[in-house]
Order: sequence, then C-alpha cells, then structure tokens
Amino acid sequence: MSDALIEIRGLKKTYRMGDIDVHALRGVDLTVERGEFIAVCGPSGSGKSTLFYILGGLTQATGGQVLIDGRDLTRMNDSQRTAIRRELVGFVFQRYNLLPTLSAADNIAMARYIAGSSKFRSKQDTEWFRQTLELLGVAHRLHHKPRSLSGGEQQRVAIARAIVNHPVLLLADEPTGNLDTENSETVLKLLVDLNERLGQTILMITHNPEAAAYAHRIVNMRDGRIV
Amino acid sequence: MINKLVIENLKHRWVRTVLSATAVGVQVTMILTLVGVSYGTLDDLSRRSRGAGADILIRPPGSSIISLSTAPMPEKILDFVRSMPHVAVATGTIVQPIGGTNSVTGIDLESFEKMSGGFRFLSGGPFRNPEDVIIDEYWARQFRLSVGSPMHFMDRTWRVSGIVEPGKLARIFLPLKLVQELSANTGKLTMVYVKLDDPRHLADAMAALKNQLPTYQIYSIEEFVSQISVNNLPQLKTFIYVVIGVAVVVGFLVVFLSMYTAVLERTREIGILKSLGATPALILGILIRETIVLSLIGSVFGILFTYGTRWAIMRFVPGSLNQIIVPEWWPVASLVALVGSLLGALYPGWIAAKQDPIEALSYE
Repeated sequence: MSDALIEIRGLKKTYRMGDIDVHALRGVDLTVERGEFIAVCGPSGSGKSTLFYILGGLTQATGGQVLIDGRDLTRMNDSQRTAIRRELVGFVFQRYNLLPTLSAADNIAMARYIAGSSKFRSKQDTEWFRQTLELLGVAHRLHHKPRSLSGGEQQRVAIARAIVNHPVLLLADEPTGNLDTENSETVLKLLVDLNERLGQTILMITHNPEAAAYAHRIVNMRDGRIV
Repeated sequence: MINKLVIENLKHRWVRTVLSATAVGVQVTMILTLVGVSYGTLDDLSRRSRGAGADILIRPPGSSIISLSTAPMPEKILDFVRSMPHVAVATGTIVQPIGGTNSVTGIDLESFEKMSGGFRFLSGGPFRNPEDVIIDEYWARQFRLSVGSPMHFMDRTWRVSGIVEPGKLARIFLPLKLVQELSANTGKLTMVYVKLDDPRHLADAMAALKNQLPTYQIYSIEEFVSQISVNNLPQLKTFIYVVIGVAVVVGFLVVFLSMYTAVLERTREIGILKSLGATPALILGILIRETIVLSLIGSVFGILFTYGTRWAIMRFVPGSLNQIIVPEWWPVASLVALVGSLLGALYPGWIAAKQDPIEALSYE
C-alpha cells in the first residue's frame, strides 16, 4: 500500500511580470513516498525552484493541489503556510543561509525556538541530536560563527538546522551548488545517511546529474512540466 | 534566543549601533540639559537671593517674580521700613539690565555687607574709585577677568576692583547711587531687603509691613524663593515642551533611518527567519527589541553627556548659565527617547514583517 508523503496534482504557478504572465508550472503531477530521497532535475527556468518554493510553503500555487502529510498547501493562507515551514518542512539552500551574527549552535537553536521547542524535550531527543551532529561532523564547530566555517561546514550546520525539528520533509535547493567536489560528495553522502538512518524524506533540487545520482529517484522537469 | 539575536545584531553592526545610540543620546541630553539649565539657573537665583541674608523682600506693586524692572520704588521707603518693629537692617538695591539676561546690581555696600555678612573677596577689594566694579568668581571666570581688568557696559568703561565668592544676590555690583544716577533713577529702588532682629518675628513683621504697605509685594525670602520655579514660568514650561516635541521628532528620524537601513541590510536574514517559520510578529518583535535596546543605550549615553554639558557650562559660561543634574527627569527623557524611537521603528518593522520570503532569500 502506498504511503505517500507528498501528492501533487495539476500544480500550476503563474507569475505576473509587468504585463506578461509567466507560466512557471503548467500542471505538475508528482507523488513522493515517505522515506524517499528524490532529486528534481532540470535546466534553469524549468520550474524546479518554483516547485521547491511551493512545497516549502514560501509561495502560493495558482492552481492544482499539493498535499503534504495530508495537508493541502493550496488552500492555506500566509499564516498557515508559515506554520507549515515551522512544523513540517526543513530547508537547505545553495547559499547555506545561516544567520551571520549567530554561532552554528545558535543558528540551530533559533530553528528550535521558532518552532516553539527551545529545549530538547527528552533524553532520547538530546541523544538523537548529538548523534546527528556527530554524523554531520559539526559537533566540534558549533561555537563558531558562519564566517569562521568553511562552505562544507556551513552546509552541514544548515542541514542540522533543517532537521532539528524532525520535519517530515527536507527540501534541499542545489545543496552542493557552492561547494567543491570533495565537500559536495560529503554533503550528498550525509543526505543519503540521513535518509537511510533516520528515514528522512528528502526532495533535492539540482541541475547536476552527478548529485542527482545519489537519490532513489530522479524526476526531470522542463518548461514547467515533469518530463 | 531572540534577545541573543538582538544583542548579536547590535554587536555585529556596532558602528551603526554606537551612532544610533549616540543620536538618541543627543536627544536625551537636549532635554536634560535644557531642564538642568532651567532648574540650575533658577536654583542659582534662589541661592543668591538667600545669600543676601535677608528675611523679607519688598518688591514694587505689580512686579513679577523674575523681572528686570528698574526702579519704581521711592528710596524714602527704606527709612519707613527701618522704623518698623523687629527690623534690624534694611537695604535697597537697583537692578539695571546691561544686555541679554545680564544685569548690574547697585548696592549700598555698607548696609548690604551688614545684612549679608559681607563679601568674601577672592582677590582685590571693595569700591575705591567711581569706575570700580565688583564681580563674582563665575563672571570673572567666564570673561577671564581679574582685578584691574576693564569692563564695558552702560556706555562706560569700568575697572574690576574685587572678585567675590559667588552666591550673594548678583554677579556684578556697582555703588547704588552711581547706578541710580546713570539710569536716571535718582532716589528710586528696585527691591528692598529686610533683615529682622530675630527670624522668629517674621510673621509679625510681615503682617506689620503688609498692613502699612498694602500695594507692595512683600514676601518672606523663603516664599520668594519657593516661587522661583519652572512651574511659575509658563513660557519656560512651554519651551521645555517644545524641546521635548523636537526630541521626539529627532528620535523618530534617527531610529527610522537606522532601522530602515537595518531592514535593507538584513533583508536576506529576514528571509532566512521566514523560511524557518518566523511569523511577522516575531520579525517585528526583533526590530522592536533592538529599538528598545538602542533607546536604553542612548538614554544612558544621554545622561552621561549631560554631565559633560554641565562641565562645559560651568567651565566656560558659569556667569550666564548654571546647570544642575536633575535625576527625576532621567525617566522622562528616556521615555521620550523610547517613544520617538518606537515610532521610528514601526514602518521599517512593518516592511520587514511583510517581506516576501522568496524575494528576501534571493536578496544580494
């Protein structure tokens, strides 16, 4: 029996740019199973980033339906989508997007604070997070600010921040786009590890076929459609 | 956690923080200095009035508490006052404006010294020649005068004969007769100071004087001093309110600019917080807390700057102005700074709260 975490049906997104309508998504259908690691590939302008933003609740769809964990994002207002970002989704961005004034540890703590769980509730939770930090290899760098961390380290801290609240979905947008080959490989292996060890569902946007190869399944997009 | 972010943000942009807090501090200083000068000048006037050593003050009919009216009382009144029961000494003065808020006071040195206990000369001595003038230490310091220095006022050149300790009625003294003559007020007085044989007879003496001189304004010196306050000077109070209004506007503009810049600088960070699920209220709350901290730091700066302005005033213009520190106004000035700052933070905060997360995240 299917255990779909994400169900997308006829998803459309049209941007208005001046007097012109830009159709970024023209009817996307996609199902992602719980525990799956999926890569969405495609050239620039294919609509993969728009799909990422809609799945992350960062923007509203124009039409169609998007269900995450049974909740329909297309019927949600701003405040409900803000709650989705807090409770269901974790983001990893190409440019890491850590808060520059806070240490790595505080960046992670901020995500917990915003989610309303500034302290770990149980010993198991604390232990789980400790092991995750070990797995990510950043446990010894937590008190450094982003500017003192390498790109690879920043991305690993960003991953730790993304999963600290146990999101049902980890969304990664070109997570290796700013990294050299060695660090790219490390980050991708970590994503695989998180998927395999923790059962974390991951949807990764990339235009790099080598990165996409780490996923269980690759979905290609072109001109706002899955091909 | 949010407090930590606020503090780290302020530390991270420390130049902006220091400049903004300094600007808020200037507005606090503006209020506290004005209030301090108002209170200080009036306080000094009170102190000098007490320093005359009198128990009772007689002013002309219809005169105001603080006036530079010259001489509407006949000098004959002195003899009458001296004849009243319990009066030990009575001396008259004449006050002549010499430009700005400054004035010269004509005194009868002998009776004035008897009443006040005498000048304490820091250098020089009493009048010896017709062009001699006595000044107090503050005036000497402000205008860098010493014994023998020339002074120009009332179309004449005077020579400093003595510099006295401040606190006795006025800052510049000339012989009474000379001022009466030069101001065409021969035989006239501005005020009469009365010293009693025993202060316990004050009520009786006051009652007798009021009975005999019903149109004159007769105060005990304590009554007179108690009326020298900001509350009895409506124009000064209005001026203070105007300065408070200006301070609110200054605070508003400073914080508006500072926070507006901060929001632009931090567009990406706001996008990051939004991607983590931060609500508009949380984003607004961060800026409001930053504003409160800036305002508090600014208030502390402002209070400290006030000690600086007091030092500068007492160092450079002690003869014209007097400033005291008025701690009871610290919370008022801080509140004014806070209100102005919060008003200034509202619009930038609203912009930040409403920012589109995708646009914010792609901000370079």
